[in-house]
Amino acid sequence: MAKRETKVDVFTVDGVGDHKKEFLVELLRQMTLIRRFEEKAAQMYGLRKIGGFCHLYNGQEAVAVGAISALDLKHDYVLTAYRDHGHALAVGMEPNAIMAELYGKITGCSRGKGGSMHMFDAEKHFLGGNGIVGAQIPMATGTAFAQMYWKKVMGEKKTGVTLCFFGDGAIHQGAFHESLNLAAVWKLPAIYIVENNQFGMGTAVHRVSSVEDFEIKATGFDMPGMTIDGMNVIAVHDGIKKAREQAQADETPILIDIKTYRYKGHSMSDPAKYRTREQLEQFQQQDPILVLKAMMIDAKMINDDEYKKIDDDVKKVVNESIEFAENSDEPPVDTMYEDIYA
Amino acid sequence: MAEISIRDALNQALDEEMARDERVFLLGEEVGEYNGAYKVSRGLLDKYGAPRVLDTPIAELGFTGLAVGAATVGLRPVVEWMTFNFALLALDQVINNAAKMRHMSGGQLNVPIVFRGPNGPAEYLSSQHSQALQSLFVHIPGLKVASYATPYDAKGILKSAIRDDNPVVLIESEMAYAWTGEVPDEEYTIPLGKADVKREGSDITLITYSKPLRMVLEAASELESMGVSAEVIDLRSLRPLDEEAIYASVRKTNRAVVVDESWPMASVGSHVAWLISRNCFDVLDAQVELVCSEDVPMPYNHRMELAVQPSVEKIIDASKRVLYME
Repeated sequence: MAKRETKVDVFTVDGVGDHKKEFLVELLRQMTLIRRFEEKAAQMYGLRKIGGFCHLYNGQEAVAVGAISALDLKHDYVLTAYRDHGHALAVGMEPNAIMAELYGKITGCSRGKGGSMHMFDAEKHFLGGNGIVGAQIPMATGTAFAQMYWKKVMGEKKTGVTLCFFGDGAIHQGAFHESLNLAAVWKLPAIYIVENNQFGMGTAVHRVSSVEDFEIKATGFDMPGMTIDGMNVIAVHDGIKKAREQAQADETPILIDIKTYRYKGHSMSDPAKYRTREQLEQFQQQDPILVLKAMMIDAKMINDDEYKKIDDDVKKVVNESIEFAENSDEPPVDTMYEDIYA
Repeated sequence: MAEISIRDALNQALDEEMARDERVFLLGEEVGEYNGAYKVSRGLLDKYGAPRVLDTPIAELGFTGLAVGAATVGLRPVVEWMTFNFALLALDQVINNAAKMRHMSGGQLNVPIVFRGPNGPAEYLSSQHSQALQSLFVHIPGLKVASYATPYDAKGILKSAIRDDNPVVLIESEMAYAWTGEVPDEEYTIPLGKADVKREGSDITLITYSKPLRMVLEAASELESMGVSAEVIDLRSLRPLDEEAIYASVRKTNRAVVVDESWPMASVGSHVAWLISRNCFDVLDAQVELVCSEDVPMPYNHRMELAVQPSVEKIIDASKRVLYME
């Protein structure tokens, strides 16, 4: 199975453009942090420190990091599905709180009640972490509705947009179609991002979808559509920045298909036998971390030693998160009765 | 005190709460220009305009989930389902999102939202449109569920539900919207979670909620003519359940009949009957009886559909059984 040709224009960039070094170093650091965090999570899962469903983000780092770096989280909101560790780190949640949640400890971001699929940070406007395929799409449409309502009814001057991430598997749910129609009818500032990693669990997109380039579906809702190279974090950042401006200026939702690839199985229990080694290797050659690093080396913004320092630093952060999680207390059993009613 | 219908009592509650708090908005099928399928929202679009009153497309999952998302960031939506039968399409958003956000976020998020609409059988509507589906919602921790069968209760409970910081499901009845009763002129609310003694008595406790209240009160009158003093408890709130109100009455009468228009298995009625058996065992003078719908989908034929549901006769028969009056 080779990489297929797309029928739409894929937005990408071939250099660092006019981005500042500090900004790109931060993107590189965040992607490396996610990669190392997920590697450690996999290792701890193997040691049975982490249980249940655990969906890793390796390979897709440029999507969450590029998109979320284009936001103003004082005003914007982010919702995603169950493959959510990367988004949680990208919105700036503490690795300690995320790892402790994976361990089910009281110090976890959800006090050990959510686990891998349910990372939340209300202050950072990150509303999960949803375990039902596509169920975050109507909710995200609702936060975009609130953003419109605050402006139109309550007179707030500055309101943001909502980024709604979901996988290519979710696009066939009724929730997707009902939500995009509502967002278009009511002119809501929602940016719908298909993290198109080419497989809904073990099922290749082309086996269950009438189209493979989801930008095409935007036309049916009379909203703008766009396709972005999801292995290039600068392309994702630039594309989402543009979309964010358009959503606000034109009062319109936007559908964006971001082409990416997941290196691991669907979850920890999946050996991913439904795809070829060649396909995986082809994508690993355009690894988002290597791509950014190469562009920065070309622009003389960074060298190998400096990258190694970044990598060593994030490894230290990840190891500290393990230590934090290991040393944290189990939740008292009585806390099962808490956090149900306000 | 004015004598008004349940329909108008609900309309007043919506109007007053929308005037009080601009975060409150109403959405659903036909709630705006059409003035509501059952006219509960009559005049509200004219008064408040869009987007405070929103006609939605026929997409229950989508607009219910949109409201859940809006509530999660601080708005206070009232979702009208044209019937609970259509709400089945929205169950994922109610059960997996509205009821779980606070828990899964470790208490970080609240979902202050009201879901309301007609539930239970009306007439001549066959099986897809004649279902009392409250058990599906009552089963779920994280939701509150309440009901009303008088204008006074309808207005006071809806106002409390809108002010509550949790998701609240309100059970209404198509047949009861026109029922009238007295409602105070001054503002009031009725706290969620409280049952109400609708008639005092000493020989037997009849426990019910929602539309069957009227036939239970009728049965109580007939029992009186037979020399039996029946106490009628209107549960009103189904989750949380006012268990103490139930036990206090049964400890007084030593006999109980539960009347619930839903099916018998895993229902509010069967649960209440179990609670009484377990917690009032020592004071009971007879078995607890449950009068509910026959365990069949609703037929269209009118004689059959009446035979499926609870009736005054069935309630009196059950009462006689626990009073050993056969």
